[in-house]
Amino acid sequence: MKHVKTMNTSMLKNTMAKGGCGECQTSCQSACKTSCTVANQACENR
Amino acid sequence: MIHKFSMNGVNVVLDVFSGAVHVADDTMFDIVDTYENSSRDEVIKLFGDKYSADELNETMDELDELRKEEMLYAPDIYENAIDFVDARQPVVKALCLHIAHDCNLKCKYCFAEEGEYHGHRSLMSSKVGRAAIDFIIKNSGKRHNLEVDFFGGEPLMNFDVVKEIVEYARQQEKLYDKNFRFTITTNGVLLNDEILDYINKNMHNVVISLDGRKEINDMMRPRAGGQGSYDLIVPKFIKLAESRNQTDYYIRGTFTRHNLDFSKDVLHMADLGFKQISVEPVVGTPDTDYAIREEDVPAICEEYERLAAELYERHKKGGEGDFNFFHFNIDLTGGPCVIKRLVGCGSGTEYLSVTPEGELYPCHQFVGLEGFSMGNVFDGMNNFELREKFSKCNVYAKEECKNCWARFYCSGGCAANAYQLSGDILKPYEIGCELQRKRIECAIMIKAKEFQEEQLNNED
Repeated sequence: MKHVKTMNTSMLKNTMAKGGCGECQTSCQSACKTSCTVANQACENR
Repeated sequence: MIHKFSMNGVNVVLDVFSGAVHVADDTMFDIVDTYENSSRDEVIKLFGDKYSADELNETMDELDELRKEEMLYAPDIYENAIDFVDARQPVVKALCLHIAHDCNLKCKYCFAEEGEYHGHRSLMSSKVGRAAIDFIIKNSGKRHNLEVDFFGGEPLMNFDVVKEIVEYARQQEKLYDKNFRFTITTNGVLLNDEILDYINKNMHNVVISLDGRKEINDMMRPRAGGQGSYDLIVPKFIKLAESRNQTDYYIRGTFTRHNLDFSKDVLHMADLGFKQISVEPVVGTPDTDYAIREEDVPAICEEYERLAAELYERHKKGGEGDFNFFHFNIDLTGGPCVIKRLVGCGSGTEYLSVTPEGELYPCHQFVGLEGFSMGNVFDGMNNFELREKFSKCNVYAKEECKNCWARFYCSGGCAANAYQLSGDILKPYEIGCELQRKRIECAIMIKAKEFQEEQLNNED
């Protein structure tokens, strides 16, 4: 496409099917624990 | 729902419900929100002065294609996923062990009241520590990976107990087919070669605390006698980081309204050679002189932009000056599933804190607060009403999150900060939200710039 380039093709909805196993790391979001977002976490179930 | 922003010369369009991120030219960037609910004629009427009809039609063709592929204007299909979360068997997979309610620093912004947590100075016994390990194994269901964070106060003030707990957990994990990952959070005052060696052999991650420049660190993080801590801890931290090959650790700091130019503190740590850096805004009540105020937000956002632009340049250049800033890390191609993104940290359910006496709390920030005790490691959980309340703490339960584009990146923010500032775990701390959104934009900007560069290289 000329006017837009898409950076990622993996879609959030595709993670619904196998999601929720809970094996991933805990993501504390308080300022004292250094884990402010979940967006950089790895999935343990890929 | 879309969110668009321009930063550092790149236009980004984020499609919230598909998770797709697009880099757009000016034409698309201008019309993308209008076109969601308008006809072609309306768009041409609105933007005809700026772009030709051919240009606009060509752009709308591309938008239609993205819409068809559900990568733009995708619908919200996730609220029902909450039912799945509710139906899950509650398990505990992470514990924060308060090894010592005591500290050898007197940090001015300490939420734990210099280690005492609204109580008295105390150290965890190995008996309580072992019971905590038994408790998590018993309550972890089928979860294989379990996390234990040795926290304080300052855990090195009770390090023999840390070692006993690790040894006990290593025995037990074999019996119950579990895998413990240990983390320790330390101010470094008592760090020595022997402890360092132990940490490197046994701890999956280490969090070390430094606020940046000497004058900034020493202002907020004095020792018991009032003298600064910088000169004592920095050489030890450099050694620690090097001995871990600059991975699996974080040097973390806190900025306050006394150093709104905190990018200098981040870069100071980078220039000391640290590669894994985390610096976060302090969370304080408005009566403190160091708390971030609403009026500080624009300056902080500009500071984040400056830092992100510098980090991008350093990534590009590579080599010695390059580093990783935790809050600009983002995984756009993978990352956690949407369920995880909805429920966030799991405090009060999957994640609990244990006091030196073995009492359970929803997380370290709630320790000692009236009404938040959940039981103890010997007799188990007894406050099921509170657990239920925390288990319902997801992005769809929070009014402010329902209309926020960043909900799948921050997953609703910190319940403790929300409670501290608004008295309700379901009412997010607004300043925290504003800064979080800015950090996410910065993180995406860096990725977008790198993506653009890759595209250019491919064209060559």
